Amino acid sequence: MKITVEQVEHVAKLARLKIDEAEKEMFAEQLSAILQYAEKLEELNTEGVEPTTHVLPLHSVMREDEVQESLPIERVLHNAPEDEDGQFRVPAVLD
Amino acid sequence: MTLFDLGLREIQSRLQAGELSVTELVKESLHKVGERDEKVKAFLTVDEAGALAAAAKLDEKLASGAERGLLFGLPAGVKDNIVTEGLRTTCASQFLRNFDPVYDATVVKKLRDADSVTIGKLNMDEFAMGGSNENSSFYPVRNPWNLDRVPGGSSGGSAASVAAGEVYFSLGSDTGGSIRQPASYCGVVGLKPTYGLVSRFGLVAFASSLDQIGPVTRTVEDAAYVLQAIAGHDDRDSTSANVQVPDYVSALTGDVKGLRIAVPKEYIGEGVDPKVKESVMAAIRQLEALGATWEEVSMPHTEYALAAYYLLSSSEASSNLARFDGVRYGVRADNPDNLLDLYLKSRSEGFGDEVKRRIMLGTYALSSGYYDAYYLKAQKVRTLIKQDFDNVFEKFDVIVGPTAPTTAFAIGSQSDDPLTMYLNDILTIPVSLAGVPAISIPCGFVDEMPVGLQIIGKPFDEQTVLRVSHAFEQHTDHHTRRPQI
Repeated sequence: MKITVEQVEHVAKLARLKIDEAEKEMFAEQLSAILQYAEKLEELNTEGVEPTTHVLPLHSVMREDEVQESLPIERVLHNAPEDEDGQFRVPAVLD
Repeated sequence: MTLFDLGLREIQSRLQAGELSVTELVKESLHKVGERDEKVKAFLTVDEAGALAAAAKLDEKLASGAERGLLFGLPAGVKDNIVTEGLRTTCASQFLRNFDPVYDATVVKKLRDADSVTIGKLNMDEFAMGGSNENSSFYPVRNPWNLDRVPGGSSGGSAASVAAGEVYFSLGSDTGGSIRQPASYCGVVGLKPTYGLVSRFGLVAFASSLDQIGPVTRTVEDAAYVLQAIAGHDDRDSTSANVQVPDYVSALTGDVKGLRIAVPKEYIGEGVDPKVKESVMAAIRQLEALGATWEEVSMPHTEYALAAYYLLSSSEASSNLARFDGVRYGVRADNPDNLLDLYLKSRSEGFGDEVKRRIMLGTYALSSGYYDAYYLKAQKVRTLIKQDFDNVFEKFDVIVGPTAPTTAFAIGSQSDDPLTMYLNDILTIPVSLAGVPAISIPCGFVDEMPVGLQIIGKPFDEQTVLRVSHAFEQHTDHHTRRPQI
């Protein structure tokens, strides 16, 4: 599978990454090589094989519905680049 | 020589007898870091004041005669993707260069409960993505055995700090080999427990179905002690296994009579350095001399593990790393036009190339139209790889082979080609996909660089893995050699 610069642009947009022209070329080349290697998996017949999402036989883990202590708001905001009135502050969503 | 060469038992008995204090142990660690880390670069943050304060408290406890924890007074380093309250935690990423965690990871709390002293935070590949530590956004760690070689990765700081005698032990994390491969390159013991045995609460997630925290130590016995301290169910990690934690230390009987060892031909075939293979086969014969039997087996899906791993781990990473958006923590780009621009700029400025590459690969593999061909296919192949392990473990107690195909390579020699770099993990990755426990222990030297022996066990059978490793260690002296720094 050869990845084009246009595909790189599309994936970067989905991944919320801004990449410059040189990076687009680099990622197109490197991702193509990695995906070409991954095509090896097509050699295997996986008809009827269940996918493994998780190695442990775990199911939904529930706990008692009890109120537990959580972090105070000022601690939650401790690492926030910007906050205001006990909330995270962000720029306008739309211009 | 350092005080740490005394070993855990002798240290404890000297503490008990009043011949040694915790403060002396911690000062020894800080002194070695001061003296050696300028060259080794294993640490990102050293908490001198915090460590000395903790030592003073433990010395009071010692004087009071109160019961001492399992790791009493032992100086530890913690990989920098494990959060420590009030102690900067960066994941070796510019994105988190000033991140000041507001809580402790469960393992950090457990280390404190066991009366160990955290000296500081250890360097790594950014967000644990890499096998050489060249992806640290601060500076690469160097191999204590040869400063021009890589220490391995991603827990390169965890392995190098122990090998260099800067700390008594450390914690690392392993997603596809990130504890075992650096342990192999640095000539120390590194244990990846069964997935789910150790809580991941407070470990910054890379690939959630694979990540596992484990000890890096100088001896197998020390690894058993540290595992004892950190293992166990945690309500705060929903993937934490609800199993009884056995006594790992008492499992070290030295007896391997009748043990059945499988040696997969795929683990000693093409791509493995002949001298590494020779060293590993000598170790297997040593175990045979101690009463074990071995047989060559086939694990036919081994060659597909790497491809499946990169698709799965990168897919999980692309999802996990979506949280780094410049809103709640980490860097925020200046003057964004709007919210979308804030995400784009912050992430692009904060992440290094390898992290971006994996986010891109994972996003692609999960994107509409490609999900079945890549992600789902890789999950099915994971099932086949796991079945290889299940089949072998029906007839054998452990699987043994090399930890890595070569010894540590030169810094800069592979950094241009991501795919070649990934091949260094080819023998550790299948184990991670199967979720089973494995250890790397020193088994020899090739051209003055350490070789690691990988011993792989059944799920939650760390006792056997440790017993076999310990028996081998009792009859060899590779683990007593120290690098000249």
